[in-house]
Amino acid sequence: MADPILDIRGLSKSFGALKATDDVSLDLRPGEIHALIGPNGAGKSTLIKQISGEIAPDAGEVVLRGRSLAGIDAAGRARMGMARSFQVSSVAPEFTVLQNVVLAAQGASGATFRFFRPVMRDAGLLQTARDCIAQAGLSGREAVPAAELAHGERRKLEIAMALALKPALFLLDEPMAGMGTEGATALGDLLDALRHRAPILLVEHDMDAVFRLSDRVSVLVYGRVIATGTPDEIRTDREVQRVYLGEEA
Amino acid sequence: MSAAEVTAVPEGRGGRMNRAQIVNAALALGLLGFGLVAWAMGETFLVTLATKVAILAIAGAGLNLVLGFGGLVSFGHAAYFGLGGYSAGILAHHALNYTPMFEWPFLFEGTTSMPVIWITAMVIGALAAALIGALSLRTTGVYFIMITLAFGQMIFYFAISWPAYGGEDGLPIYVRNGFPGLNTLDPVQFFGLTCAVLFAVLGLIAMLAHSRFGLALQAARQNRQRLMAVGIRPGGVLLVAFVISGAITALAGALYADLNRFVSPSMLSWHLSGELLVFLILGGTGRLFAPLAGAGLYITLEHLLGGVSDHWQFFFGLLLLGVVLFARGGVIGFLAGGKRHG
Ligand SMILES: Nc1ncnc2c1ncn2[C@@H]1O[C@H](COP(=O)(O)OP(=O)(O)OP(=O)(O)O)[C@@H](O)[C@H]1O
Ligand SMILES: [Mg+2]
Repeated sequence: MADPILDIRGLSKSFGALKATDDVSLDLRPGEIHALIGPNGAGKSTLIKQISGEIAPDAGEVVLRGRSLAGIDAAGRARMGMARSFQVSSVAPEFTVLQNVVLAAQGASGATFRFFRPVMRDAGLLQTARDCIAQAGLSGREAVPAAELAHGERRKLEIAMALALKPALFLLDEPMAGMGTEGATALGDLLDALRHRAPILLVEHDMDAVFRLSDRVSVLVYGRVIATGTPDEIRTDREVQRVYLGEEA
Repeated sequence: MSAAEVTAVPEGRGGRMNRAQIVNAALALGLLGFGLVAWAMGETFLVTLATKVAILAIAGAGLNLVLGFGGLVSFGHAAYFGLGGYSAGILAHHALNYTPMFEWPFLFEGTTSMPVIWITAMVIGALAAALIGALSLRTTGVYFIMITLAFGQMIFYFAISWPAYGGEDGLPIYVRNGFPGLNTLDPVQFFGLTCAVLFAVLGLIAMLAHSRFGLALQAARQNRQRLMAVGIRPGGVLLVAFVISGAITALAGALYADLNRFVSPSMLSWHLSGELLVFLILGGTGRLFAPLAGAGLYITLEHLLGGVSDHWQFFFGLLLLGVVLFARGGVIGFLAGGKRHG
């Protein structure tokens, strides 16, 4: 088995009396889509934020390619290739699609304190940005302000920005939410192809997509991982059926 | 210029000017034309008024960098304006009175050279902004407004209570400081000089806005979380913008001291901070030429309405209310069309 890209060990986080993350350990291996599912309020987004560095865990550590990320902030982790999308999509609304993706490419390049040359004439950044926009399926929409994009397009923009970060891994928090079946299927195909670029930790409520795409699934309930396994194992797990899948059926 | 315009994709406009550029050119030519015609007609006072507009526009341009592009509502920019003014006043005071400013590590007797004064003013403005910015940027929103106001007031009271340089009474500059090759006492030459500085500053800001730094700065205004997620820390970007902003506004302060040949704590007062904000709201926050449009309109109204009624500020307040409620893009937004994006 290949060494994991991302290794989460004993992560815990409480908000007051609420244990939002309770001793969570899981890993993400090269080439895989590892889905993280669980009911509302289970702590999926909170876990993603601890991985991305937006909030600090109370205990445990996040290890990227064998290196502990303790003390490294979200910007530092992004620069190490942690490419994330947000549950509520988060882009620069006044910027065009192209500007947003150029911004991401600029962030990945690590050179922001340059004051003279126009960034939108930087051939290198533009090339990267256009490639990523094409891969995310947004070609032709480069000049549209992000605020004017349809919901699904804004999700794709986040994917394009993630691609521009030269990702070591993707952290995607419900990328298909509110997309409609057609859009979700198209995005699913995209993610299916992207896993070979960098593995994906995928938080998703759409069970069809999860079982179709994932190599492994972890189930989070009340901050705890109650099961990890292949889609088939998870589908037939009694505990999972009782506390989660059963509820839906 | 709106955020998106500033960094818009260069798609073969083929040299044709867009509406915003036409408005900007009209504003620049309007200022120059007004000053020159007034001079040709011998209206020295109006030349001075145009000079005042140019200087206040420089101060506003400094604020626009952080407010319009970075989204930071600084309510303490009078601090940098006043520090620039006092830099000019104090340097000239020593030179004109032949009293050494300091004798160690070398004898320094002040200066009446504008270039030296400008550099000093900008360095002091930048240092003050670095200090105040580093502390203020730990907060956001209304706390940021309040803490910048508090720092401004601290410097204001310090100037009032420091008798060495005039305290409450201020400090006169008996002869306007000099610029190599110019007679700065000639109003039109001083006017030309301030216009040159204004356009250089606006050019600098346009360049910054288009740069990598400018892209990150404008992203910091829109979405700091997203900026972090692409690996850029907003704090550093905003602090650098704050420092450049402080230097520009201090430069304007030095010019203003020379215009009036007088510096007083009123340059440091929160009224001035408020006026700078008003210029930008009137002109169209985040538009490159907003400070010129806003300062021009404000000074014109002050001049016209001030003659009619002592309570001109009341009518001005109504106008401001109208702009905020019905023309959020300010004068430039009104003339050039709303920000194309968002
Ligand atoms: N900053 C916070 N302070 C206090 N409580 C919080 C905070 N963030 C999250 N919580 C709580 O922690 C729990 C987990 O929240 P989280 O957003 O991680 O859930 P989730 O699994 O992503 O849910 P959803 O499927 O609805 O997105 C919830 O009960 C939430 O109310
Ligand atoms: Mg969530």
